[in-house]
Amino acid sequence: MMDYGPLLNPRAAAVPPSGIRKFFDLVSEMPEAISLGVGEPDFVTPWGIRTAAIDSLTDGLTQYTSNWGRVELRRLIAQYMGARFGVNYSPTDEILVTIGASEGIDLALRALVQPGAEVLIPEPAYVSYAPGVVFAGGTPVAIPTRAEDEFRLTPAALRAALSPHVKALILPYPNNPTGAMLRPQDAQALADVLRGTDVLVIADEIYAELTYGGYTHTCFASLPDMWQRTVTLNGFSKAFAMTGWRVGYACGPREILALMCKIHQYTIMCASTQGQIAAEAALRAGLEDGFADVRAMVASYDRRRRLMVTAFRGMGLDCFEPLGAFYVFPSIGRTGLTAQAFCEGLLRAEQVACVPGDAFGASGQGHIRCCYATALDKLQEALRRIRRYVEGLEGTR
Amino acid sequence: MFNTLEMQVLDILTDDARIAPDQIAVMTGHGVDAVREAIARLERERILVKYAAMINWDRTGRDMVQAVIEVRVQPQRDHGFDAIAARIYQFEEVTSLYLMSGAYDLMVMMQAPTLKELAGFVSSKLSTLEGVTGTATHFMLKAYKQGGVIFAGDAKDHRLAVSP
Repeated sequence: MMDYGPLLNPRAAAVPPSGIRKFFDLVSEMPEAISLGVGEPDFVTPWGIRTAAIDSLTDGLTQYTSNWGRVELRRLIAQYMGARFGVNYSPTDEILVTIGASEGIDLALRALVQPGAEVLIPEPAYVSYAPGVVFAGGTPVAIPTRAEDEFRLTPAALRAALSPHVKALILPYPNNPTGAMLRPQDAQALADVLRGTDVLVIADEIYAELTYGGYTHTCFASLPDMWQRTVTLNGFSKAFAMTGWRVGYACGPREILALMCKIHQYTIMCASTQGQIAAEAALRAGLEDGFADVRAMVASYDRRRRLMVTAFRGMGLDCFEPLGAFYVFPSIGRTGLTAQAFCEGLLRAEQVACVPGDAFGASGQGHIRCCYATALDKLQEALRRIRRYVEGLEGTR
Repeated sequence: MFNTLEMQVLDILTDDARIAPDQIAVMTGHGVDAVREAIARLERERILVKYAAMINWDRTGRDMVQAVIEVRVQPQRDHGFDAIAARIYQFEEVTSLYLMSGAYDLMVMMQAPTLKELAGFVSSKLSTLEGVTGTATHFMLKAYKQGGVIFAGDAKDHRLAVSP
């Protein structure tokens, strides 16, 4: 019997498995459960986008693309970033097509993090950031955010976290899991803190299209002096309901992108050709019709979002109004349970799956992530069951 | 007159007519009274006509023959097509009726329990109406999609139950 312990990479081995994984296994035993634990749209990719990929197969476009991604896709991304977010990137060497924004996170960290360097991560946060920093040889440093601040990174917290060891800041807004977003003045205030420092920014803006309450997303790189220090990550998964296609992109200064592309070229070669062609169709149609499909999906999410917030508040649970993504992040502190205990109890008692907030970092404790990208009737049934569960907890206390 | 709240109400009810005014109020950010008024106004103006379920009858055991009938008619002076249309839509067997552009004038959608009854309706009631100059009957074989809803396949959620 081989002893693998000393043979494996200790750095990789030391990273704990995702807190989501454990919950996934639990939910898998209950196929009838209503899941609010998903992290993707409930829409299928619009048909016009799907047909573009089907046609490309019919036409025999089954070969590699450039490492950077198809020229046409990069041209469209440049046009989109300019038109939607007022930020300019050259399609030649400032845009890299990646396998979802996830690969972009990994590439950016591997390109930017020097051994031992610290990377700031506002928490609660998407589960990949901290492990990504570790894999890249750096040290993740969490900046807890608070419900009172609507889970936004505050300038004060950022300033307090800065030190000579800090190399980069991951800026994940609109946020998964909290649904927090940065209003223009919030982003501006963070930019003011960073101006004059050498801290680089990895802006994960994958939920940029999903904002509510009359706010539109502020691309961090569009703020004065921020372009030079920022790698902007985005993709097609959330806005265009294209999660399974795995197409994202990274934009930034050519010196950084060249390094990211080098790593990408040696590890990945290129994102899937069909995915890239589908993404072109998404952007081409969107730029023509003002992103009608995206607008329709956002309008639908917005209604469900309001319903969720009102329902949780009606149960007596604190729930700040999330203005981005498709998650609500209510506090279950009142019940006296840990997030894990609450979610397990809810799953067993009422067959509704939510994700414990601490799966996204310690500061998520006492909260649960509920995704509202689910059919309205299921959402309403889930809310009825959660209410019953919460009322039952009250009765037993 | 036609404000955005009314459009939102229609949009929401088109998707699910069971949604109650108080929920529409939450979903749109308007007061429940405003929503009730909007619904009342829409009903009064016969914009919101009926709150009906969409049923895929193919999956029930019910025997039913459905047909689309192209009807060519002679329009009448002063009334155009409306008078003859009114004569046709009164029949209980007629489920939908549209005035069309193109090779024929009226499209009649109808259903009857048996082929014989349907054929009888066309030959004795429809063709014989004054002003009807010709008909062409097409039987429906299978419903794939209706009112924006795809009937074929299942409604399975293919997503992982929990994902990051």
